[in-house]
Amino acid sequence: MQSIAASLDSLRTAIGLRAERHQVLAANIANADTPNYKARDFDFRSAMAQAMSGRGLGDLTLSRSSDRHLEGGSAAASAPLAYRKETQSAVDGNTVDMDVERAQMAENALQYDILARLVGDRLQGLKAALSTQS
Amino acid sequence: MSLFNVFHISSSAMTAQSMRLNAVASNLANADSIVSSDGRPYRAKQVVFEAVPVAGGSDGARGVRVRQVVEDASPPRMVYDPKNPAADEKGYVAFPNVNVVEEMTNMISASRSYQSNVEVMNTAKNMMMRTLQIGQ
Repeated sequence: MQSIAASLDSLRTAIGLRAERHQVLAANIANADTPNYKARDFDFRSAMAQAMSGRGLGDLTLSRSSDRHLEGGSAAASAPLAYRKETQSAVDGNTVDMDVERAQMAENALQYDILARLVGDRLQGLKAALSTQS
Repeated sequence: MSLFNVFHISSSAMTAQSMRLNAVASNLANADSIVSSDGRPYRAKQVVFEAVPVAGGSDGARGVRVRQVVEDASPPRMVYDPKNPAADEKGYVAFPNVNVVEEMTNMISASRSYQSNVEVMNTAKNMMMRTLQIGQ
């Protein structure tokens, strides 16, 4: 039971970060024609490591005086954003490369689907364990 | 729920792109309007986009807004046509400074950008549907 809860927790963090990244990529594609807009993204691996160590939550974590208190805080850890390296410069100072953004978005959506399926499978397993009687 | 913000971001971009398409339509329609409401030849209009943060979004969530509509400052196209009532004393008529080729490429670019944003929305929708199917 403990292990299912622990793995669900990390999956939840990962799915939250994937949703967050989708938002950042959507903003990049939306601003593909905005002058001087700089494309942004975050490194999923380091954001995940940071979220798992609890540092990504900033000052918003609830203080606990007893270990029976609920942990609080949201799964939507904000990831540190960086600017994307420019491949071809545009005259208007925009650094959005549509091919890169589209590819990253497809990859991100696929990873999200995988995570959603993993969560579903965990719950299925839990359900199977609960329903097996006699 | 950050996936809902994707809809705000993409729809703001779609609004901005359709305004750009509106400007293109206006420019192409008035490519030969030698007299506009102010009595002078029509001037090509261009929209200027600006990135704005969306409400409730994180740092990376930037939508698009049309900051202003500017008039093309290039000089009017002078055509020699002394029979035209709008001709000046030398026989030249000032035509709008609309560059039809430029407007056509602008139109294609706007339509492609619009398409990309629709696709982003669809992807977000699929992701949300997948989330709703968890545990089923």
